[in-house]
Amino acid sequence: AAGLVPAMESADGAARTLLSIGRLSRGPPFGRAHSRFGISPSGRLLPPAPRSQENADPQRTAFLLRKQWTLYSVSPLYKFSNARLRVYARLLSAFIAAEKQKGLAVEVGVELDIKVAVSSLPDLKGSDQDQAAILVQLSSRSPASPKNSEEKLIWSGWFCCVSGDDLSENVPEDFTCLPLFLANGAESYTSIVGSWFQKTFDCSFCRLAISPLNLSWMAAMWTGCKVDKTASAMELVFSVPCLPQPLDISYAIHPEDAKALWDTVQKTPGEITQQEVDVFMDCLYSHFHRHFKIHLSATKLVKVSTAIASAHCDGIVKFLQSQYLPGVLMLLTELAISQIQ
Amino acid sequence: HLATSLPLPSEMDHLRPRIDLIAFMIDIKSKYSLKNVEASLAHVDAGFFLGKVCFLVTGVGRVNYCSVEMNAIWKLGEVYCSPVLFCELELEGIRVATAQRLLRMLQICAGHIPGVSALSFGSLMRNSADE
Repeated sequence: AAGLVPAMESADGAARTLLSIGRLSRGPPFGRAHSRFGISPSGRLLPPAPRSQENADPQRTAFLLRKQWTLYSVSPLYKFSNARLRVYARLLSAFIAAEKQKGLAVEVGVELDIKVAVSSLPDLKGSDQDQAAILVQLSSRSPASPKNSEEKLIWSGWFCCVSGDDLSENVPEDFTCLPLFLANGAESYTSIVGSWFQKTFDCSFCRLAISPLNLSWMAAMWTGCKVDKTASAMELVFSVPCLPQPLDISYAIHPEDAKALWDTVQKTPGEITQQEVDVFMDCLYSHFHRHFKIHLSATKLVKVSTAIASAHCDGIVKFLQSQYLPGVLMLLTELAISQIQ
Repeated sequence: HLATSLPLPSEMDHLRPRIDLIAFMIDIKSKYSLKNVEASLAHVDAGFFLGKVCFLVTGVGRVNYCSVEMNAIWKLGEVYCSPVLFCELELEGIRVATAQRLLRMLQICAGHIPGVSALSFGSLMRNSADE
């Protein structure tokens, strides 16, 4: 049998996937030990119950809610220092100005004066070993408007690491682990800020896509979270393959019903197993099949929305409840780390 | 012979040639395909599991489209003592190589290769997978 080592670039570029087969005749080489290739752990620890707000001020992270964030995984940053954030802001500002000079105009027409702010978000970390999150914000003020007029926030991006011990333990000195990057705003700014970080800290950014398998984990984990107010419906969106016209199926479930179902399924204390997630999803699928004679298990799960957060397979998330933010970030950090490794 | 599930329709039994190898195809993008294979396995005579069955997992080129949990597939291979092969049908090179590989396995299962039986080849495949 011939040996093949192809690299398959997914058509939409949302994620780079690398398939390396040594020699087909030797049987499957991606060992069960590796966390690549969609192998999710057979169990995940439940994130700790949301901390009461003694240290964390919910207002400080409130601005992260209800915004659409595009996810990236970032390899460890070389010689990044928490003490030099102001310097970085100045350097990034100069870089952006230089890029605009070069004619890589981000806004056609109006000349915008872009101000860069880099700050630290110490509340967003899981363990003490985690690096505090770093926030980068781009605001603009039109030079024509008066000096004291309000600056408008045009782009935000933040790096974070929540319970990323797997990565930070194995990384040499001088490297800072902030594997998850979230961006909101124009793609052109994301690309400029990303290139500056890549050049300055020798790291690389890669879009983080979320597989249907991981989305079903999110559906199960987030359904189990207790929400005080009347929660919004849980919604799952599926894309049907192999049709001449693309077809999306949206399946909305009453949040109380979903939680009741999950509560009967989830038995292991403090942990969620793959089997529990499978049973939960299978129940939802068979209920749907009974009514509509459609096998949702043959389609691709592309989006999950619950009361605490929503996630799309292209790697786009929205956080809706600040108390569960660390738990969601912990899962996303894990996905980012497995993409890096 | 291609079938979407087992058992095969009994009306054609007398016209069907002897079956030497069964390759169960699981599409990693479809949980349904795994369930379908699991249900079809129940209709296979035990004698086939002595090296005449294999699992072919397709769609492996796109990690981010994965709907099936890998552990479930490994377990299937272990429980039914049959090798698990991987391929990506969308890439011609892999498609051709996989077809050649299956053909080779078929020749062994049909008894065309002197000195190598289906059973011995099957255990060879399993041992190399465990390394």
